[in-house]
Amino acid sequence: MKETQIQDHATLAEAFIQDEERVNWHDGALWFIREKRDLAAKKIPEWENLREVASQIKHNVISNLHDYLVQFEENLTRNGVTVHWAADAAEHNAIVYSILKAKEITQMVKSKSMLTEECHLNEYLAERGISVINSDLGEYIQQIDNEPPSHIVLPCIHKRKEEIGALFHEHLGSEKGLSDPTLLTRVARKHLRNVFMTRRAALTGVNFAVAETGEYVVCTNEGNADMGAHLSEVQIASMGLEKIIPQKKHLSIFLRVLARSATGQPITIYSSHYRKPRPGQEMHLILVDAGRTRQLARPDFRDSLKCIKCGSCMNTCPVYRKSGGLSYHNTISGPIGAILAPNLDMKKHADLPYASTLCGSCSNVCPVKINIHDQLYKWRQVIVKEGYAGYTKALGMKTMAWTLSSPGNFTKAGKAGRWFMQNLPFMINNKFNPWYKQRELPEGPEESFAEWYAQNHEKEEPVYK
Amino acid sequence: MNSREKILQAVLKNQPAASVLPDISMFGGNKSEAVQQYLEIFKTIGGTALEVADFAEIKTYLQDNFELTKRTVTTLPELGDMAEMLSQTVDPHTFEDVELAVIQGHLAVAENGAIWLTDEVMGQRIIPYICQHLAVVVSANQVVPTLHEAYAEIGIGNYGFGGFIGGPSKTADIEQALVLGAHGPLSMTVFLLTEMS
Repeated sequence: MKETQIQDHATLAEAFIQDEERVNWHDGALWFIREKRDLAAKKIPEWENLREVASQIKHNVISNLHDYLVQFEENLTRNGVTVHWAADAAEHNAIVYSILKAKEITQMVKSKSMLTEECHLNEYLAERGISVINSDLGEYIQQIDNEPPSHIVLPCIHKRKEEIGALFHEHLGSEKGLSDPTLLTRVARKHLRNVFMTRRAALTGVNFAVAETGEYVVCTNEGNADMGAHLSEVQIASMGLEKIIPQKKHLSIFLRVLARSATGQPITIYSSHYRKPRPGQEMHLILVDAGRTRQLARPDFRDSLKCIKCGSCMNTCPVYRKSGGLSYHNTISGPIGAILAPNLDMKKHADLPYASTLCGSCSNVCPVKINIHDQLYKWRQVIVKEGYAGYTKALGMKTMAWTLSSPGNFTKAGKAGRWFMQNLPFMINNKFNPWYKQRELPEGPEESFAEWYAQNHEKEEPVYK
Repeated sequence: MNSREKILQAVLKNQPAASVLPDISMFGGNKSEAVQQYLEIFKTIGGTALEVADFAEIKTYLQDNFELTKRTVTTLPELGDMAEMLSQTVDPHTFEDVELAVIQGHLAVAENGAIWLTDEVMGQRIIPYICQHLAVVVSANQVVPTLHEAYAEIGIGNYGFGGFIGGPSKTADIEQALVLGAHGPLSMTVFLLTEMS
């Protein structure tokens, strides 16, 4: 495969791990959240049942999605919400633009929405003279630093407070050297209050969309979605097709597992149920496909559409914690990002399913029981079959296949390997061997297990004592 | 064919064989411990929750703990002598300077501290989000153990907007340090009123 312009996960992770102190801190910060998740989960005796039921409800959603979408649309329309359908990112962005243009709106405030990040909505609107400000504190910090979010729940988890202080000094005129989290939050609060007060349009994401009632639920801790929405004359919600849940009572299951899995909180501070516009307000909802129906067609990977975006698979992942979210070069990073991204662009994201040890921790914490590590393994096979594996990886695998294809080959290769390790170790322990990086190879053994067994067997002594 | 038809057709073609919805009726909590659990949980979230016998007690608490010389609004007629009854028709932007809002909540959830409110009791949707400090009065009888009982009580409902609010607005986006008062209220007080029961 020809290397694409963007750097792959391993290269970007290598840059991230240069600063050892930061990596250790990042690792610890995320593990701390994982521990909070465990504490919260253990307080609920029926936790494992909740996960199982949440997974089954989502399976029902995936298997009846057509009817639920039609029902949801009907109820939205009855509630006075205008429904739009977008096949891809370009259509989504064009819809948002047309809504704003009709009202001659040139400034919008947006709460957290990974979908609009994925669609590059802000850049698209900026090119057309419309400025968008992200109101979630972490997303706001990432926006002024011109970086995408590195984590879906904690967008600037990779940044130190001193760096944020420097950004605020530059962009908001705060005191130089300010690094106290409370004081920095106050600076942003004051600035963003003014934003909320002056924006005529507000866009939010959607956590759950109830087919039965046509309402959608947005969860935040900061209150930023509500500040934007309730002060706006035009409220827009963008959602992926998979955010549907069948009935209102199912919210009890999902709201019980979402925040506990995400941050260890019993529930997010705000769980807002939007249903009808207030008098004088317009409400729009955009249903976005952007690859979701394609993923639905893949039996091995369609369960990834169950994801409720809690981020727990990232917090627990040893690779994510030590490589940082930005090294995944995809809006959604970590294990879940690595099984969603190849569906969007297999060539561009061919490296991501390899950014895993396949330890399975992600699947064990997932509140909707997605078999994430199985899917990572299966994506690797698809990627190799489709010819998207990197050259060295493909060569390595071909060599491995040849070696393992016959006992003769295996014995010869083993002999050769041991001879090199014993006699010419520098042929292996050098910078051209990627396995040598950060690793010391062991000394080559005198003999293989097969040789040892043959010798001991001849003496007719028991092999195991 | 427009995008709606294209998407729906692709969904129909690609969705797997139908599976049934699981029964969720077995989930729920213990009502007898709900009030005590609520009081404890809400404290851990960073809020203040207290049981009160009547509105006189609420008034005393508010006078002792808030600057009532600053703008205080309410939807509760019982507090009409100490707070401005909020208008349901004015531009929501005019509430920017509200220091304290005191409103009624429909029910409280013991397992997570959240209060269920709809636009009917908010007066205006923006109120519980834009005020600097939020206080909510809920009947002590209306404390349910878990979200399962809460949604059973809420039912389908007929509100335009409803929300659970479970404490003061918060963020931990800067180095995971917990800060109360991100964009919404800096504090939240819940009065569990026994008289209303």
